[in-house]
This record gives sequence, C-alpha cells and structure tokens, in this order.
Amino acid sequence: MLTKRIIACLDVTGGRVVKGVQFVDLIDAGDPAELAARHAAAGADEIVLLDITATHEGRGTLLETVKKTALRLFVPFSVGGGIRTADDASAVFDAGADKVSINSAALSQPALIDDIGRRFGAQAVIVAIDARRAEHGAEVYVQGGRKPTGRKAVEWAREAEERGAGEILLTSMDSDGTRNGFDCELTAQVSEAVQIPVIASGGAGNAKHFTEVFRAGKADAALAASIFHFGVADARALKTELAQDGIPVRLPC
Amino acid sequence: MTQVTVIDYKAGNLTSVVKALRHLRAEVVVTDRPEVIEGARRVVLPGVGHFSATRRLDETGITPAVRKVIANGVPFLGICVGMQWLLTGSEEAPEQPGLGYFHGWCERFPEGTEKVPHVGWNQILVRTSSPTRLFVGVEHHEHVYYTHSYLVPTTIFRHGSDPHHPVNPMAAGTRYIKMFAAAVEHENVMGVQFHPEKSGATGLKILKNFLEFAC
Repeated sequence: MLTKRIIACLDVTGGRVVKGVQFVDLIDAGDPAELAARHAAAGADEIVLLDITATHEGRGTLLETVKKTALRLFVPFSVGGGIRTADDASAVFDAGADKVSINSAALSQPALIDDIGRRFGAQAVIVAIDARRAEHGAEVYVQGGRKPTGRKAVEWAREAEERGAGEILLTSMDSDGTRNGFDCELTAQVSEAVQIPVIASGGAGNAKHFTEVFRAGKADAALAASIFHFGVADARALKTELAQDGIPVRLPC
Repeated sequence: MTQVTVIDYKAGNLTSVVKALRHLRAEVVVTDRPEVIEGARRVVLPGVGHFSATRRLDETGITPAVRKVIANGVPFLGICVGMQWLLTGSEEAPEQPGLGYFHGWCERFPEGTEKVPHVGWNQILVRTSSPTRLFVGVEHHEHVYYTHSYLVPTTIFRHGSDPHHPVNPMAAGTRYIKMFAAAVEHENVMGVQFHPEKSGATGLKILKNFLEFAC
C-alpha cells in the first residue's frame, strides 16, 4: 500500500541548523549533514532543508551545505529558500537535491513553475503555500505570513498543478507554532482540489495530530519539525504510533 | 572495482544515481557517446519526466549502441522512464518508439478516487515462481520510493527460444490502483520503476545486486 510520508524538516541559516532536533549523542547538533543522516536513519521518509535567511550572499554556503548533506542521503531530499530562477534551481539540483521548494518567487513569477518543471520534471518541483484562513476561503501569504497576496490557497494550488508542480507544501499560518494540530479543513480543501500530493505543515504537537491530518485532512505527507522536541523521539516512534492507529506508514524503516 | 556507465540523455538529474553507485564503490562513467556505451561493462539508463525525452536516444545514436551491448550480454539496468523505454512504447508519447526489448505498452494509471501521479513509498512483492537476481536479500513487502504517472503492465512478455512460450519478465510487482510491474529482469536486462537511489537501504541493496550481477 502507498504509505503516508513523514518528512523531517531542517531550518538552516549560514550553513547551520537552527532550532534543530536534539539527538543526545550528536557530535555537532548544528551540522545539517549529520542531522539529515540521523533523521533518515531514524525513519524519516524524506528530508527537507529550508534556508530560512536565503540571502544572495549566502547561496554559496547553501550549495556547499546541500552538497555535504546529499552525499550521505539515500532518501528523497528537497531544498527550499531563496530559489528565484530556474538557474538557482539547477545549481541546487547539481548539488544533489532531488526537489526544490519554491514559494514567493512562484507567486511573483508563476512561469517559474513551468520553467523548472520542463527542465527537471514535475516531480522535482514543490510549490510551498503559506495560507491563513479568511472569510471566503484561505488566503495565500508571503514574507513568513506577514504579507497577504489576495490569492486564494485552493486556486493557487490548482494553478501550480496546471503549471507543472509535482507537490504542494501547505503551511497553515493559523496553526503554525500552536502545537494544537494541523488545519485539517484547509488541508482537505487543497488536497481535494488537486491530483498531486499535498504535504501538510504547521501545528503538530503530538502523534494524534498526524493521524488526524492523514484522515480528515486527506494529506499525503506531513512535515515534522518541532514535534521531535516534544515527547516524540523520532520518525520511527511517530510512525509506530501512526501504524497503531491504522495509518499506512513505511515500517520497518 | 566495478565499472558502470551511466547514460546521460539530458532527461533529469543524474546526480543521485551517480552518487548512490559511487557510494557502492562503483567506478562511474557518465556519457552520452555511443562509442563509450558500446565499450561499457555495465550500463545504467536513468530517466525521469516525459517518455518523449527518450527521442534523444535515437537522435544521438545511443539506441543502436544499447542494442549492441545488450546483445553482448552486458548487464543493463533501466530506472523509471529508463525501464519503460525497454517496452514497445508508451501511451505518454505513442509516436516515440521504445527499444522494444519487451512486448507491451506503458499505460497511464486509471482515473478514479486515488491520486495520479503515484508518489511515495510503496511495497514490492517479489516474484516467487523463479528466483530473481536483482532482489537477492530483499524481503517481501519492503518499501521503495516511486514517482510516476505511467506504469509498465504485468502482461508484458518477451519471446524466448520457444515461440509458443513467451516469457514474462516481471521480477516484482507493486499495487497502486492496480498491480503493475515494479521491476523486470530477463537474462542481462533489468529495469525498475521505482528509484533505488532514493529508496534507502532497500534501494542500495538492489543497486548492489546489479553491480554484482555476473552474466
């Protein structure tokens, strides 16, 4: 059976993981390559590395980080943050990423989705959508949820799919950081509107929240970041709980 | 050290495949030159994206070079579109012929309640009727990573020495919407629909089996 994916997310700035997951015996808890390898060994189905500062000057550092991280990873590996052109994406692929995640650049120039999709295949393009609930359907935001775009999340997801996106990474800005659970209603709306997989993000506080977003939220995958700080040891422990709830997951892993 | 020639036909990203093969201590040569392919000891044909991209194999003279090495018994592994190309063709680009090593057509997953493309980790069911070399040491139901919208049907065949008994080369199957060929293996010719380079320890085991495959 096709399983639900647990994707471990690393926030990176200047080549270092910030608010990274604490594995007790890590030699260097800030090293993205070491952390990514640990997550993969601990059962993560996929790794996402997000460059949260994404400055122009930092591109060289990021590519070096991607290269070192990819070298030891044999699960799908995505990179996001600061990708504004197909050439930016190309450099990230050359460094060893399998997919790129694009967000604000896709909104300001939607043809970027077509460009990257044509050159590298739809499977290599994730369109990240940050959305906030609004009266007539959730709205897309940029700049870390500060700036509204006037676009509806569901419509934007559909357009991204038509243009050749391979996956949608949907973050609920309302749920993000609350630890009260994913926004299952929003996730289900987007997931039902497109044929491509939807990765849910924002709000996870415990394993039950993942069960909910896979069932009620109809998510195909979910991003796990801070959950590993709060009682759930690692992806394997999370997936073991999900399996007990009857969610299909990759186990043993 | 095992030598592997990876065919570069500008369809997607070779970095991951090359990295995995090097991790397994293979000596990797990446080429788009037919004369290099003809001299290869082992050949991998990766490929993601659209079936029509395989047109480049015909245009650059790679197709006859592949026919030659396969006829010489050189181990050959097609990955994803590289596996689909071993068939007669694909509904994705009917005007573009495949290699025709196996008889049959790639088809799109049927529309229904499940999403197409098929993306993520799914289980393989390894053939039990006769042993496969690609899946030595791989357990039933191990998970591998997929991303595709077109599939190789379970009904493909190859004419062997006995024309009345065509051989079905399916080495493993996976179920998503319907059962399809996860892998094929016939003599020195192999293909996998999933991405072994992205399938963790299971995928590396399968690639290692290919590298150790002796004809």
